[in-house]
Amino acid sequence: MTGAIDIKTEVAPSRERAVGPWREGWRSFKKSKISLVGVGIVLFFVILAIFGPLIAPEGINEQNFSKRLSAPSSEHWFGTDDFGRDIFSRVIHGASISLKVGFFSVILSAVVGSFLGIIAGYYGRWIDTIISRIFDILLAFPSILLAIAIVAVLGPSLQNALIAIAIINVPNFGRLIRSKVLSVKEEEYIVAAKAIGMRDSRILFSHILPNSMTPIIVQGTLAIATAIIEAAALGFLGLGAQAPAPEWGKMLADARIFLLKAPWTMIFPGLAIMLTVLGFNLMGDGLRDALDPKMKS
Amino acid sequence: MKDQSNRLVKADPFYSMCKDFNAFHAKVYFENNRGVKKMLHYMGRRLSQLIPVLLGMTFIVFMLIRAIPGNPAQVILGQQATKEAVEALNASLGLDKPWYTQYFSYLGGIFQGDLGVSLRTKLPVSEEIFPYLAATAELALFAMIIAVIVGVNAGIISAWFQNSWFDYVAMVVALIGVSVPVFWLGLMEQWAFSNQLGWFPTSGRENVRDPITAITHFYLLDTLIQGRFDQFTEVIKRLVLPGMALATIPMAIIARMTRSSMLEVMRSDYVRTARAKGQKMFIVVYKHALKNAVIPVLTVIGLQTGLLLGGAILTETIFSWPGIGRYIYDAIGFRDYPVIQSGILVIAFIFIMINLIVDLLYTVIDPRIKYK
Amino acid sequence: MKKKKFWTLGVMLILVLSTILAACGGSDTKDTGSKDTSSGGDKASGGPKTLVYGRGTDSTALDPATVTEGESFKVTVNIYETLINFGEKDVTLQPGLAKSWEPSADGLTYTMQLEEGVKFHDGTNFNAEAVVKNFERWKAGADKFPYYSSQFTVGGKQVIESITADGDYKVIFKLSQPQATFLKNLAMSPFAIASPAAFEKDDDSLKDHPVGTGPFKFVEWKRNDSITIEKNPDYRIADLPKLDKVIFRSIPENSTRFNELTNGDVDIVDGLSPSDKASIESNTDLQLIERPSMNVGYLGLTVTRPPFDNVKVRQAVNYAIDKQTLVDAFFEGLGETAKNPMPPLVAGYNDDIKGYEYDPEKAKALLAEAGYDGKEIELWAMPVPRPYMPDGQKIAEAIQKNLADVGMKSKIVSFEWATYLEKAEKGDADAFLLGWTGDNGDADNFLYTLLDGDNIGSNNYTFYDNKDLHKILVAAQTEMDEDKRNALYKQAQEIISKDAPWVPIAHSTPILAANTKVTNYIAHPTGSDRLEAVDMK
Repeated sequence: MTGAIDIKTEVAPSRERAVGPWREGWRSFKKSKISLVGVGIVLFFVILAIFGPLIAPEGINEQNFSKRLSAPSSEHWFGTDDFGRDIFSRVIHGASISLKVGFFSVILSAVVGSFLGIIAGYYGRWIDTIISRIFDILLAFPSILLAIAIVAVLGPSLQNALIAIAIINVPNFGRLIRSKVLSVKEEEYIVAAKAIGMRDSRILFSHILPNSMTPIIVQGTLAIATAIIEAAALGFLGLGAQAPAPEWGKMLADARIFLLKAPWTMIFPGLAIMLTVLGFNLMGDGLRDALDPKMKS
Repeated sequence: MKDQSNRLVKADPFYSMCKDFNAFHAKVYFENNRGVKKMLHYMGRRLSQLIPVLLGMTFIVFMLIRAIPGNPAQVILGQQATKEAVEALNASLGLDKPWYTQYFSYLGGIFQGDLGVSLRTKLPVSEEIFPYLAATAELALFAMIIAVIVGVNAGIISAWFQNSWFDYVAMVVALIGVSVPVFWLGLMEQWAFSNQLGWFPTSGRENVRDPITAITHFYLLDTLIQGRFDQFTEVIKRLVLPGMALATIPMAIIARMTRSSMLEVMRSDYVRTARAKGQKMFIVVYKHALKNAVIPVLTVIGLQTGLLLGGAILTETIFSWPGIGRYIYDAIGFRDYPVIQSGILVIAFIFIMINLIVDLLYTVIDPRIKYK
Repeated sequence: MKKKKFWTLGVMLILVLSTILAACGGSDTKDTGSKDTSSGGDKASGGPKTLVYGRGTDSTALDPATVTEGESFKVTVNIYETLINFGEKDVTLQPGLAKSWEPSADGLTYTMQLEEGVKFHDGTNFNAEAVVKNFERWKAGADKFPYYSSQFTVGGKQVIESITADGDYKVIFKLSQPQATFLKNLAMSPFAIASPAAFEKDDDSLKDHPVGTGPFKFVEWKRNDSITIEKNPDYRIADLPKLDKVIFRSIPENSTRFNELTNGDVDIVDGLSPSDKASIESNTDLQLIERPSMNVGYLGLTVTRPPFDNVKVRQAVNYAIDKQTLVDAFFEGLGETAKNPMPPLVAGYNDDIKGYEYDPEKAKALLAEAGYDGKEIELWAMPVPRPYMPDGQKIAEAIQKNLADVGMKSKIVSFEWATYLEKAEKGDADAFLLGWTGDNGDADNFLYTLLDGDNIGSNNYTFYDNKDLHKILVAAQTEMDEDKRNALYKQAQEIISKDAPWVPIAHSTPILAANTKVTNYIAHPTGSDRLEAVDMK
């Protein structure tokens, strides 16, 4: 019991330290205009994703064959597709799909990756060797082919594409956390906690993990960007979201036969992907500058 | 110095967007300052790690592709096939044996340099794979050259004119560059440069009316060897659009990394001294910038080879490029197990080897080793 | 001072870069222009005539007996010849390597007179012995020759009991039972006669080095890229072929393939999406070539799975789907709505059948009558375009809407193609899109193959099994009288229409587009086009 109290006093300053950089980070983040642009773009798409159904003039699947492939006009800002559906509305509805895949696949790979990384880093020895080799194997895989094979096994759907993307991104997080753990492990308060016989799981998840949050968040933001592109690529190959879901990659795949005849069917979903990804990249960029203390000169 | 180069690698946010070899490289970088002996030791260790990785990989691939529903005999024989014919073919392909027998006979073959025989074409994979590999390698190299030339120069200029309009434009373009889905970019390129402007051919590696005689399967080399300069320019023309599409991401990363390393260089005492001595600015800047650009370029090469080799599937499909990505992708469709297994193995092997070489080159190129 | 230098440096760099880029771009424009005119000039001045044919996928192997897919036959049909040919644009029987044929009265013996003085590309002679050796090769290796085993085996028994040479130019087939489709089968591309000298030396060699008697000789195969064949100067028909060289290029992307055609890099393309029709017609340099339809695209309703185990629900779905709109939108009018499981071109087609017109009200009524519980069904969408179904995904989307309109909820699912077929074959699908292109233009190849109980577990994916139908279809297989046979098939179609295991959607007209320089191109309903008469202006 007394031991636990001792630890509290030990831990408190470290928590304090953990809060400090966040606040400081926010201050420097605010200063970087370009990161704010990124946040703006991301917020914009988040709003679209949440309120899309209220904003979009039409639903996802309002087929009207008399209006197929009409060019952009005041009525249909982005034109219509070959079902006569309003592309503007579909692009808006698509925001929630891409954000969902990006966000949840990253959460999934961050959770699994961090777990494996922490275990590998903390216990070391053969556990580390095995986990690290698995990471090496996954990293040496041509990732898109791995994702394709996984989806081929599970069957094409948005959910399975999400899982495949999560799997290929696991080692990125795993390695990151492992190296972080290796450095944190030797810090005084951890050594102290060990010395007084604190359970490993408690040390791992209440001390080491919180101290490793910063790189996970930075890496996570950037990983959302890649995950969105990967999901679009799988959608483009017909291995992601299924009809009539307005997933942007699938919209591109559906539209590519109209590239010459109706380029607007190709242009707008592509721009939407690009802009969303750009937003996350800018934001991740800013976060890294702000949160990663090593960066500061 | 030490800190600075560390920062260089870590500073770039896009670095970790790709496969994160971050910590790894940094470690190698510092571990290997102590001379050739250390380097050889390190090499030995890396090579010994290679074997379990590749072995584990063969196993994962082997199990994964067999988990895909649909069997090769059915695919080969098509919709018309009778049940008996499918079973007979499965037996003659050896697919009726237990998986471990199949796996170990495959492994046994690998150790003897036998990559298996394609179920579909009945040709040895080791023989069949080379032209595809060469096609992708040529495209990837071309893309990398574009990326390096444009990326390094844009990075240097941006740093030089820090906060100028050029800097802003270049960096915004670089940011957009890493945000564009490559397959969309490829299609847009075709639409703009091939269809609307007619500058470049839409697809393919060669003009089929004037086919290239393959010697090395690297068409740029082949045409030069044969002195066919008309074909050489044709090959270049056909490389441009897919090359640009593939180059976008590495180009953007190189530009950003070069820029940040340039900014460091410009603040360093060395450049200040050089300036003070009145050496010509052009030489000072360029020499040092280029020297420093080597590291980001190497890093990107290490990171991107995997992506360029395996990830070029979409680009290869859009531009009808007979490359390795499409070869394996098609093989998945045909359940051509040996091709998928060996194809992925070959890509992984190349990827690992290139990364090993890149890591070793760090120690060779880094000036501190020479100085110490 | 210094600042100026920086600028000079910057400007220099930009100049260097832009010159490099401009140099590339500049020379390219020129080259493309000159290349086009020069290739046109070649042809005008009587230089070698090369036809470049753009298609979606590469061939699998060039030994036609070993493969089943059309992309291989497309090439082999020009290298090898069959004993009997199909007509130019239909499935009538015409002399090929056999000048004439004579069936015996009981339909068990066929005597064929062969062409004389024909040589294989390797210089060896074509004769009765060569034909016998080819058939013996196929008979011996059933698992290697899928079409031979599917067309010439009935109930595990070989149809061709023996084939013997009678002199140099006469062969005699002895059958174990009459087979109404025997001659039509012989006209199929897989049963082309190859040089025995080639396959006796190495049985697998034909796959990469085909040796036949056809109008073109094999030159080169760059896998996943192109196959080149050239004129056979010793072809048995004088003045043919007209072309000197044909190159088959694989260009997987539809839009890319079409782009190549408009740029003049290829002369003819197939596998086009119907949506390209308008662009072809508006381009004066291009011509549209329509392939007569010998296919059917359908929505299969697995009769063993609820709710489709109820015939009323199946009929309701037939009424619910607006075929005309599907054909207008996704076939762009290139095709006709279907009411039978086989196309009108095939003998025995029953035009008296009314079919199910689009009538959502009737569909709703039938669903209510059937006591349909509103259970959501899985609607399977093909992941790949096929001539009979240009875009399975989109057609599924439209059907989903049709079904929703009559109160049937559905979820679109898709699998990778080989998985899709395997799962559908096992009866895992509720409703699935699929289709069929006829192999030999016979009704048996549609009705028996796709809807008979015997073929459950192979091509009868709906698990539909009607004993009366089975009797009729089996009787037709050995019925040698053409009229009686057709009457049987007409009766069969009535039963099928009533039981409604399918929603027949359309008989599509696949299209090709060619440069106007290409003349005399006739697209064959089987999808394998013989190019010997094709010419270029």
